Amino acid sequence: MAAAPYVVIGGGQAGLQICDSLRRLGYDGPLVLLAAESSPPYQRPPLSKKFLAGDLEAERLYFRPSSWFEKNAVELRLECTVTAIDRAARRVSCADGSVVDYARLALATGARIRPLACPGADLADICYVRSLADSEALRARLPGAARLAVVGGGFIGLEVAAIARTLGKSVVLYEGLDRLMARAVSPTISDYYAALHRGHGVDLRLGCGIAAIERTRHGLLVRDANGGEVEVDIVVAGIGVVPNDEIAAAAGLECRGGIVVDAQARTSDADIVAAGDCTWHYNGFLAREIRLESVQNAVDQAKVAAASLLGAGEPYVQVPWFWSDQYDVKLQMAGIGMPHDNSALRGTTASGSFSLFYFRDGRLVGADSVNRPADHMACRRLLAQGTMVTAAQVADSEVDLMQIARG
Amino acid sequence: MPKITYIDVNGNERTCDVPSGISVMEGAIQNGIEGILAICGGSCACSTCHAYVDERWMDAVGKPDEIEDSTLELAVERRPNSRLTCQIEVSDALDGLVVRVANNDG
Repeated sequence: MAAAPYVVIGGGQAGLQICDSLRRLGYDGPLVLLAAESSPPYQRPPLSKKFLAGDLEAERLYFRPSSWFEKNAVELRLECTVTAIDRAARRVSCADGSVVDYARLALATGARIRPLACPGADLADICYVRSLADSEALRARLPGAARLAVVGGGFIGLEVAAIARTLGKSVVLYEGLDRLMARAVSPTISDYYAALHRGHGVDLRLGCGIAAIERTRHGLLVRDANGGEVEVDIVVAGIGVVPNDEIAAAAGLECRGGIVVDAQARTSDADIVAAGDCTWHYNGFLAREIRLESVQNAVDQAKVAAASLLGAGEPYVQVPWFWSDQYDVKLQMAGIGMPHDNSALRGTTASGSFSLFYFRDGRLVGADSVNRPADHMACRRLLAQGTMVTAAQVADSEVDLMQIARG
Repeated sequence: MPKITYIDVNGNERTCDVPSGISVMEGAIQNGIEGILAICGGSCACSTCHAYVDERWMDAVGKPDEIEDSTLELAVERRPNSRLTCQIEVSDALDGLVVRVANNDG
């Protein structure tokens, strides 16, 4: 009987990276990648950016050509949704009734959209942007629409709003909190982006959640919590995601708002690792547990998970980074700047090119850079090396931060 | 269709047909060139598609813009002819281009 394969559940960026890393690290046994969607592993970031704008075709989102899976002997099974893990039998069951035995297992199940919960949220034509199919559906509807309502002032909602305005649509954006991207950035950055979107003609309604959506003869009527109402053609919601940890929890693996893994990406079962958006994990750089939804976390944690599957066990110690493209403005985030007890501005908000560096207990913990990529890269290096810099140094544009980082 | 020659870190040389309009990085991925990782998918955020442009082609390829120049600071061994291949768009003008893949695993 042939040896059971290593099985990876989840065909997103983390799942693909685990497969790639396993092969790079020399694992030459059987390897199966189970992916719920119908497309091979693809990049998600462009779904709310260039792809939605119509500037990219779907094939250009694929991480690897089909020949890569053959060449690397990765058995990719598409449209295969795993419904249960039987740890005692070392076997996973799929929605189509098939079962796959595993020698070792990696969970890269990702996250799914958090649906709207207000009355009318079940109307079939409310759009979300998480999967390629979601973005394709929204993209197909944009030419026939003039008026959009966007629910949620986070990265996805704002990126969609920017694309829609660029395409000439009217946009009303609702955010229940009193500022944009509140979970991720400081008020200075939020305020800058509020002015940016208003300057581009977005009707931005802060501190204003939505109460109900109703179908009308010509579209959808959005009623907000403050008594306002707007008729639109499309409602797009971007109000966050929830980790896909149910099959792990049902299998008795520890879950706490995500699949709990240690610094080596190992779950509470020695033969099962997990990586990416689905994990509640310990990051040695941050010296705390966290769940992160990002390309950086998917890739870096997947590398650790692959090494752990092979017994190497290097710890996860990485500087988080993110980015968001809105209009012609690039927001780049390094480290985790929230919460902080001090901050320093480098450049000026008026120039549209500035960074806000964040400090906690006198130590640099992160920076948000707006059209200022050199600061972002310098910050990543400073954080990774643990190089000490002061608020006064970073606030002085004459001080060359990359020079300090180079040492 | 323009031909691009990729030389990987092990010295293996391959000449590939790459359509105009896509990036030198995408051409590498489609052809399975070893060492072009491109983990950010071409968003100029990670430097893992770093390559050295053959000296004869440096003028035709041009210099990195500000964002790429900054991102190259993350590269392991930056040289004067370093470029991120996700930022080089293939065109007839680059027919015959030769790039040497950098150490992107480091």
